[in-house]
Amino acid sequence: MLVSYRWLQQYVDLKDVTPAQLAEALTRGGIEVDVIENRDGGVEKVIVGYVASVEPHPDAEKLRVCSIDAGDEERLQIVCGAANVAQGQKVPVAIHGAKLPGGVKIKKSKLRGISSQGMVCSAKELGLPEKLLSKEQQEGILVLPEDVAVGTDVKEILGLNDHVLELDLTPNRSDCLSMIGVAYEVAALLDREVNLPEGIEEGSAGAEKSLDIVLDAEEDCPFYAARVIEGLQLAPSPQWLQNILLAAGIRPINNIVDVTNYVMLETGQPLHAFDYDQVTDGEIVVRRAHPGEQVVTLDGVTRACDEETLLITDGTRPIGIAGVMGGADSEVTVATTTILLESAYFAPPSVRRTGRKLGLRSEASSRFEKGVDPERIVPALNRAVQLFGELASGRPASEVKTESLGGINDVTVTLRHERLIAVLGVQIPEEAVCDIFRRLRFPMEKGDGVYRVQVPSRRPDISIEVDLIEEVARLYGYHRIPTTLPWGQQSPGALTEEQQIRRIIRRTLRTAGLFEVLNYSLTSPARLSELEAPLVKEYRPIRLNMPMSDERKVLRTSLIPQLIETAEYNIHRRESGVALFELGKIYLSDEKKLTQLPQEKWELAGLITGETVAKHWDQEAKKPDFFSVKGLLEHLFIRLGVENVTMRGARYQGWHPGRTAEVLLDGEPIGLLGQLHPRVAEAHDLDETYVFQVLVAPLIAKIDGIIPMARPLPKFPAVSRDLALVVKEDIPVALLEETIREVGGALLESVTLFDVFTGAQIGEGKKNVAYALSYRAEERTLTDEEVNVLHSKIVNQLGDRFGAMLRQ
Amino acid sequence: MRERLELLKKEAEAAIEAAKGLEQLRDVKVKYLGKKGELTTVLRGMKDLSAEDRPVIGGLANEVRTGLEKKLTEKEEELREAALDARLEAEAIDVTLAARPQPLGGIHPIAAVVEQIEDIFTGMGFEVAEGPEVETDQYNFEALNLPQDHPARDMQDSFYITPEILLRTHTSPVQVRTMEAKEGQVPVKIICPGKVYRRDDDDATHSHQFYQVEGLVVDRGIAMSELHGILATFAEKIFGMALETRLRPSYFPFTEPSVEMDITCIKCSGKGCRMCKQTGWIEILGAGMVHPRVLEGAGYDSERYTGFAFGMGPDRIALLKYGIDDIRHLYTNDLKFLRQFQSV
Repeated sequence: MLVSYRWLQQYVDLKDVTPAQLAEALTRGGIEVDVIENRDGGVEKVIVGYVASVEPHPDAEKLRVCSIDAGDEERLQIVCGAANVAQGQKVPVAIHGAKLPGGVKIKKSKLRGISSQGMVCSAKELGLPEKLLSKEQQEGILVLPEDVAVGTDVKEILGLNDHVLELDLTPNRSDCLSMIGVAYEVAALLDREVNLPEGIEEGSAGAEKSLDIVLDAEEDCPFYAARVIEGLQLAPSPQWLQNILLAAGIRPINNIVDVTNYVMLETGQPLHAFDYDQVTDGEIVVRRAHPGEQVVTLDGVTRACDEETLLITDGTRPIGIAGVMGGADSEVTVATTTILLESAYFAPPSVRRTGRKLGLRSEASSRFEKGVDPERIVPALNRAVQLFGELASGRPASEVKTESLGGINDVTVTLRHERLIAVLGVQIPEEAVCDIFRRLRFPMEKGDGVYRVQVPSRRPDISIEVDLIEEVARLYGYHRIPTTLPWGQQSPGALTEEQQIRRIIRRTLRTAGLFEVLNYSLTSPARLSELEAPLVKEYRPIRLNMPMSDERKVLRTSLIPQLIETAEYNIHRRESGVALFELGKIYLSDEKKLTQLPQEKWELAGLITGETVAKHWDQEAKKPDFFSVKGLLEHLFIRLGVENVTMRGARYQGWHPGRTAEVLLDGEPIGLLGQLHPRVAEAHDLDETYVFQVLVAPLIAKIDGIIPMARPLPKFPAVSRDLALVVKEDIPVALLEETIREVGGALLESVTLFDVFTGAQIGEGKKNVAYALSYRAEERTLTDEEVNVLHSKIVNQLGDRFGAMLRQ
Repeated sequence: MRERLELLKKEAEAAIEAAKGLEQLRDVKVKYLGKKGELTTVLRGMKDLSAEDRPVIGGLANEVRTGLEKKLTEKEEELREAALDARLEAEAIDVTLAARPQPLGGIHPIAAVVEQIEDIFTGMGFEVAEGPEVETDQYNFEALNLPQDHPARDMQDSFYITPEILLRTHTSPVQVRTMEAKEGQVPVKIICPGKVYRRDDDDATHSHQFYQVEGLVVDRGIAMSELHGILATFAEKIFGMALETRLRPSYFPFTEPSVEMDITCIKCSGKGCRMCKQTGWIEILGAGMVHPRVLEGAGYDSERYTGFAFGMGPDRIALLKYGIDDIRHLYTNDLKFLRQFQSV
């Protein structure tokens, strides 16, 4: 809502209040003022001049030399390029030393050899909003009304010595969508009187034109008022009215449309003028549309309606969409002399739905959407009739006709003083509360510790006790609410174990050199399908109903694709290596159309590529390989205290077929680790790249409640034995180790693989693996013999199971 | 014999003194004290001495041996010391050469801010509650006093999946879920951090996805002054400085009275600067007393219990706290940006 400071003064006295102070008071009272715009834009010394004569410029076809009377004895000679300048006009003249918006200074000068003592200005040059100007005003100089006095400051004429406050209204304060509403608010804040436009008589009609109203849409339109006005003379509005509309951001059109807009701005009640001659028999029927019914709105567009669309019809055909836009057929035109003026209550939900469906929103619909004041519907109509009389020679040609479905209920709300104090935590005296209701102009009756408040219909936001508490609080001043600290029963605050574990995961990876990233939950299906995520393969990504773009269309089912995107972004910005992780949710549902909420699972994902440690003066650059990333994960599992994690080779689309492993916890897959398929990597300009993804829930389930228990330190010496084996190359060492541990049992303390190699001396298709085994008993010193027996048992088993031979 | 011993002692002492390095010293030791050494040779002549002289000369010989051995040990020590010193000198390095880098990554600044917020509130007795990001219209709107066609739904145009299911537009549904789970028990003291989604085009100040931390306290006798107290304490802790706060009236459908809280500008301390648009104040959160309809809907008697709720944007706090000028930096994940926050 744009509020002209000057206009507002018609309704409330602001003599000792500057625009900035007014804005501050409003903001403090709960209506935020976004911008205070000084309308003059720095215009100085621009005055009204009379164009006494216009001569052609001797040396320039498009220029004219004007002789202008600007109030001084001597006439000004001004060269002007506008095509519309003509003798006899009153025009704005920037004289020598004048300033225009944007810091432009006007001086005497010569144009093609002819001296010019100033400039004749266009509306745009004076800073009037271009979008709101008519085509003529946009193109030529601004022609002022004939009755303005020569020499007058044009700021006075154009209402530019004004400030406009832009209010950022919250949805509950629709009452401030009118000047009168703002006046009530300002009057309450500053404790002043409200001056409403003088009591307007309905006036009797000179002629009786027929007018009938039928309401046939139940709660969508419970009240409708109308009147016929005849004898209208269409013309441009007077300057003062145009000024007011421009200040409010509304384009002046003609006196009829402008009056309806003016009254809407003043009272908050949108009005609509139908060309009476287009309304069959002067009948108005308000009803919901029939399925498939169409209306051509005044913007020339054919609108398809449904059963929820509320229509204004003349009993035979639709002539407008209620509260949203009038019909083209019944539009006021230059030929119009008689109108049917509508002032009604259209229910917010109906207008809102229709506006949304048709993608239409106007000053009028935004007011209906929030609920207009039922008590201002008829006064607004009367106000408009009065102005039509003053500005367009209009005469009422019917009585004010109203039709309603039930009356307006008075709203009385009771406030308990005790409750007020309990909610706000500040001792407000009862007199102060009474005073606040007086300032708000809410009639109130005080009982013992209670206030029975009659809420005016202009404040539909107030219906329960707490609404009144808020009114008192904001007028009392929130700055007077003290700060107090707790109270009563204390509660231990803490993170849950799961939340703590998520923190540990993030900290551990950070310490290992990875950067945490946050990517969007919405992504594209194409990106997700680039590589397989086997743990979620039975789910299809969940699609938004109306995505904003293809890039943000579905909810992610894997975090890796966006890590690849992030890596690519950084590699393109000359990062030589990238190490990233994200801990975030994936969204899974097996339903085609959601009827239940999807599963949301926390996933940990990482990506490492390129030179993560740059070449150093005595050390080569470090790049990741499978085992460094595997080590990273194991490091994390150790930190979490998660044991029994194993890996098993696997092949999936998008992953390197020979360098990918499933991560198993107690034998169940919980994730994947591997090299990105070189084709995928290359497509994103990535070098050898390793990625991993692990579901967090199984880890948390495993850790839950586990506390590490101390074991006694060894008291007896360990015995070491090396074990060098030759086995077939394709036997995973994990299998050998499993056997070694199984046979070694409790006496085998550790198994460390210290060498793996192949070569001619080992034999084709074979590899040599060498382990250091450590044996130890808890309660005694092991004898050599004991160890030898156990050790050869291991060797034998390895031989039996895998054909492993001791290396000679 | 005595003279020979004296002479030997002098000679040997000179030789020890003159030894250049451990090798030479060992040779000296062999020459004088070895099995075939000169002292041994002298001692071998002892048998020719008289019975009276033998003990005297024998004593003297022992004295010479002990003396020489001591000298040898001292010299050896001295030479070792010198050798070590020389080695250490030779090992000297340029300590200003660049270090071998240790890997260190970083926590994302938003995540860091969320953790800071969690820590402040858990310190004040709050629990951290979480809930689904894909929500029902019921929890996201209806239960929060935002029925269908409520004008405030405009304030947060949403990503719907079906007419009943959408991406949550705030973390307030977690408040309702928590209250329902508590089945009327008090106190409720939670904060709800998490991702939220709104149909905004991404620009310097908007993001279609961002973080929110909301909070809720419900108990007997909770007043607005406590809301102010808790949130003022929070503001000072999160920015790590003494601040003034002010409450301004505002509107949220799920609280009433509703307020926004400003703090004195953290950059200019309230003098007025570009960051605070010359006002000296910065808005950091919205809050209010829980609307009775919300309490009742979640099973709490609004006559017996009152409460307050608040909501803030960790993104915005990160922007303010770390002087970040564009919210998109937070979601671009540029390492040159993330590296600036390795210490948070």
